[in-house]
Amino acid sequence: MEDSRSRPTSLADLFLTLTALALQGFGGVLAVVQHELVVRKRWLTKEEFVEEWAVAQILPGPNVINLCLMIGSRYFGWRGALAALAGMLCVPTVGVLALAVAYARYGEHPMAIGALRGMGAIAAGLIIAAGLRLAGALKSNPLGVPLCVALGVITFVGIAVLRLPLVYILCGPGALGCVAAYRRLGGR
Amino acid sequence: MSTPALDLAWSDWLALFGHFLSLSLMAVGAAFSTLPEMHRYLVDRQHWLTDPQFTASITLAQAAPGPNVLFVALMGWNVGMNAGGYGAALIGAVVCLVGMLLPSSLLVYFASHWGQRNRDRHAVRAFKQGMGPVVIGLLIGTGWIMASANGDPASDWPLWLLTAAATIIVWRTRLHLLWLLGIGAVLGGLGWV
Repeated sequence: MEDSRSRPTSLADLFLTLTALALQGFGGVLAVVQHELVVRKRWLTKEEFVEEWAVAQILPGPNVINLCLMIGSRYFGWRGALAALAGMLCVPTVGVLALAVAYARYGEHPMAIGALRGMGAIAAGLIIAAGLRLAGALKSNPLGVPLCVALGVITFVGIAVLRLPLVYILCGPGALGCVAAYRRLGGR
Repeated sequence: MSTPALDLAWSDWLALFGHFLSLSLMAVGAAFSTLPEMHRYLVDRQHWLTDPQFTASITLAQAAPGPNVLFVALMGWNVGMNAGGYGAALIGAVVCLVGMLLPSSLLVYFASHWGQRNRDRHAVRAFKQGMGPVVIGLLIGTGWIMASANGDPASDWPLWLLTAAATIIVWRTRLHLLWLLGIGAVLGGLGWV
């Protein structure tokens, strides 16, 4: 397990990897980031990804940007953080602005609308799959599998069915999980 | 479509920058949570964007590759276009994106350093481990919400089938994600789903 780990070799490697990653992310980079960093590049294990994601999620700012910034700064300090931000943003921003110019001309075309629909359906599947794949990381969680499943299901129902604001989820099942983990780790 | 012709002074650009600076630290989870506030300011109060421009900024950013937060750059772009043209639009995009990301990125940078130094503390480990199942529930839930845009399962079942197939293929194989997105675009463009 340990020897399968890898890391970015240089600032340029970090920048290029994240640029390539961001350019694959239609409808958000969430699914791609997991696939590239854990499955393909192996900069993070599944378990580490879930831990870092928890931090990236709870701090203000877009979670994907936060995560990449954290990874960059871990390996190369503030220069790594800047390279990661630049990788996630520079080329994709040019792309989205070019699309805005194109949209002003062809946006009403039925083929364009259809293609967007089809890509949206795929993008949803990518994110669900990322979640299913990471669920394997919970086997080694100190909370134990039954409690993990319960908290995961409550979260899913809260966000996807009841459409509760994120704050409720973090203060509800989120806080519950943290308290339970604190106890099981031996902190009283 | 009528778009406003704006005459923006330096103070207006500064106000735009300040608005996004102030929203940055409120955007917990995703930048989308601050959308109502952006709408109130840019459309209702300042009239810098029209309603269709506001909505198109979000949809286009979703359709383009890259982080969702780029919708902020598009809003700035459209404000700039209303104010004169491509030069102003470019300034608008940069002003909004930098404003949105600067405060939160600084906070994340220092917070992650603190967390890294204190990673063996019980509280830090408990937080990261305890949030695990919630993080995964949120991911699957987000995918589900996006899939709901597929429409009614009874009439739009091909789209739902496409989502299900993509889920299983990505979960179980290492196929490059771009192939799947390409297939989705072709099927949708030809009107088969």
